[in-house]
Amino acid sequence: MNFKKQFMEGLLTKNPVTVQLLGMCSTLAITTSLFNGIGMGLAVTIILTCSNVLISALRKVIPNQIRIAAYITIIAGFVTVVDLLLKAYIPALSESLGVFIPLIVVNCIVLGRAEAFASKNGVLASAVDGICQGIGYTVALVIVCVIRELLGSGTFGGGLLGEGGAGIRIIPEQFPAMQIVMPVGGFLVLGFVLAGSQALMKRMNNKSKKKEGAK
Amino acid sequence: MEAILGILIAALLSQNFILVKFYGICPFMGVSKKIDTALGMGVAVTFVMALASAACWAVDVFMLQPLNLGYMQTVSFILVIASLVQVVEMFLKKFVPALYKALGVFLPLITTNCAVLGVVLVNAQNGYHVADAWQFLLSVVNGAAGGLGFTLAIVLFASVRERVDKAEPPECFKGFPIALITAGLLALAFMGFSGLKIF
Repeated sequence: MNFKKQFMEGLLTKNPVTVQLLGMCSTLAITTSLFNGIGMGLAVTIILTCSNVLISALRKVIPNQIRIAAYITIIAGFVTVVDLLLKAYIPALSESLGVFIPLIVVNCIVLGRAEAFASKNGVLASAVDGICQGIGYTVALVIVCVIRELLGSGTFGGGLLGEGGAGIRIIPEQFPAMQIVMPVGGFLVLGFVLAGSQALMKRMNNKSKKKEGAK
Repeated sequence: MEAILGILIAALLSQNFILVKFYGICPFMGVSKKIDTALGMGVAVTFVMALASAACWAVDVFMLQPLNLGYMQTVSFILVIASLVQVVEMFLKKFVPALYKALGVFLPLITTNCAVLGVVLVNAQNGYHVADAWQFLLSVVNGAAGGLGFTLAIVLFASVRERVDKAEPPECFKGFPIALITAGLLALAFMGFSGLKIF
């Protein structure tokens, strides 16, 4: 299997958030601090990898007609496991992500990869796909988180760094725009991040075209 | 009565499901290119959300709670929703073919709409899942009101988007990014309702 290609696809050219536009709800809702972003990203990565592996292992057993229901049941099982583990060991994260942890069940990334990849490929390839797509999702979340946290609360690394997890203050307290950590900011920042990634992709395409032309 | 009115105001305006709480963004973005389809999706979602609230209330109160299976909530709720959507689809196909034609394509999509699972989980969190007729009514009202909030947001958004499509944004903003920014401005407008309380 071409690991490097899969990795680049997950991270950039087929990034679940910026290119496939999947899993928007969580991307918009929980990206208010770095802690949330990393936590949510890791939770989705773990669930995605596990469900990809199990679905790929069972792909010849599950009848075609009821495959979606079967996938959802498998995914819901893993989500419940992660939900309970977070409640037990990282209650702070569980509290700040709230209902969006159980809502990973209907996160289109997980079901989308199950349908588009795991149901057609081997166990190992599916595991790699799960990890790569998960990392791509985490990176996109972290980028949105960092921008929103910096502009909205003026800090970096909220929940993780600084005194009592308050984050490192970069912009003085009286300046940040509160609206950016509110729902409005989610839409606006994600819009700009997507525009940026579209511009980047276009530039890369142009470059590779030029290279081909030079050959 | 006041409680019901309060739920309605919250779900429609101050705590709008899409623009404030971010449930159901996928269909909000995906099915909002035309007002007609947006309205169809909204009606279908409202219908399923009210039904799902009722069904999940029953499953939680009469099955999970007596058996002490609270941790199975997510799994059982999503299964209830998935089968409910299937049943609604078959029912409409057989008995109300006109409505089925109008809503048909949206129904399968609703299973993975996080607004539906979201409202049920919120109902459970709010403590509506108690064996009591009034609480049952509250959870159904919350489901239906959430659906109406979804409909309001998606119809407003679709009507703005129909016009934005004719505009010429910078190259890299074409398509999704400009739609997100439009949604952001709509959310800004809805922020004006925050703190709105009648009682």
